Amino acid sequence: MSVTANNLCRDEFFYGHKACAGCGGSLAVRNALKVLGKNAVAVLPAGCMSAVGFNFPQLCFANNAIISTFAGTASMLTGIEAGFRARGIKDFTAVGFAGDGGTADIGIQALSGAIDRNDNILYICYDNEAYMNTGIQKSGLTPFGAKTTTTPAGKNIHGNIRPKKNMFEIAAAHNIPYAATATVGYMTDFLNKVEKASKIKGTKYIHVIAPCPTGWGIPVSDTVEISREIVDCGLWYLAEYENGEFTLDHDPKEFTSVSDHLKKQGRFRHLTDEDIQIIIQSRDAKWEKIRRDWRK
Amino acid sequence: MKPYLREKTSFSFAEVPSDTSFEAGYLVSKNAGWRSIRPVIDIEKCVGCMQCYLYCPDGVISIENNKAVIDYDFCKGCGICKKICKINAIEMEAEKK
Repeated sequence: MSVTANNLCRDEFFYGHKACAGCGGSLAVRNALKVLGKNAVAVLPAGCMSAVGFNFPQLCFANNAIISTFAGTASMLTGIEAGFRARGIKDFTAVGFAGDGGTADIGIQALSGAIDRNDNILYICYDNEAYMNTGIQKSGLTPFGAKTTTTPAGKNIHGNIRPKKNMFEIAAAHNIPYAATATVGYMTDFLNKVEKASKIKGTKYIHVIAPCPTGWGIPVSDTVEISREIVDCGLWYLAEYENGEFTLDHDPKEFTSVSDHLKKQGRFRHLTDEDIQIIIQSRDAKWEKIRRDWRK
Repeated sequence: MKPYLREKTSFSFAEVPSDTSFEAGYLVSKNAGWRSIRPVIDIEKCVGCMQCYLYCPDGVISIENNKAVIDYDFCKGCGICKKICKINAIEMEAEKK
């Protein structure tokens, strides 16, 4: 049975946290935990979700949750899974919630190792496309053209000069049992992927786009709208990787305007028409490959 | 079930845990002070479609008797619920000081 708002667990496991209003990351963590239930053991490395969830004595997780080292999300998950197994506890899910920097830059080695060993863990990367917790520095998942404090927009260089790392396909390239992409804008799609992943044995990786109003320069009420648009305009895609094959879950018949989507965000407002053309060209090249090679 | 607000707001040194673990879901402060605008649900219009509940980053909306109810102790007033509501049953109103 698929997960819907109606059959989602009514308990709240992430409550009273100090995330900014309209935070996409906290929306992803809150709802993923509602799918996994009270026996989920959450690991959070340095990043927004650990900073806003554990302000002693204000402890906002209702289930077991622990802060790991920045680089060690996946290795701590490995340890938790092994520890529970050694104690004979079977009904639990070891789940990690790491940001984009904690996944694609700092934690990539531990994640790669865990996938290599095929440890029975679920790794969720909430991607807000920069180091938002420390004040918006570029990460490996910051997209081309985005303005951050370390990639400022000037006369000559217009924000980040490098494209976003393709973390979903990097995870898939390990021949991982299950990997998926999602966005907090299409919540039931994300929740069903979490549900599906929780039933698969081995390492699972879910990459969820979670807008940060502060870092993206959008109104706090627009988090959900903007994370739908990013899929509708083709700059992100909803896909899965399973049994060695990529599957595209949603193939938009027509893309909405990339320019309109980018210009709504403060971090892209400086982009010239040429910059936007570069972004559109890279989108089209990516979609050509997706539509040619992936199952639909 | 959800983390709830405790009466206790201060700790003596003796009570601070010596290791790094502590009771889960232990809240001592509200987030209500963050709000400059508050969502107000028109109970007549609300059909209990649960979309505001599903998309609230703070999880402060629950469904009771098929109507959305907001926990104003922890609502930060982001307004995602107002935007997501297809039948415009939610209005944002200025907080009165």
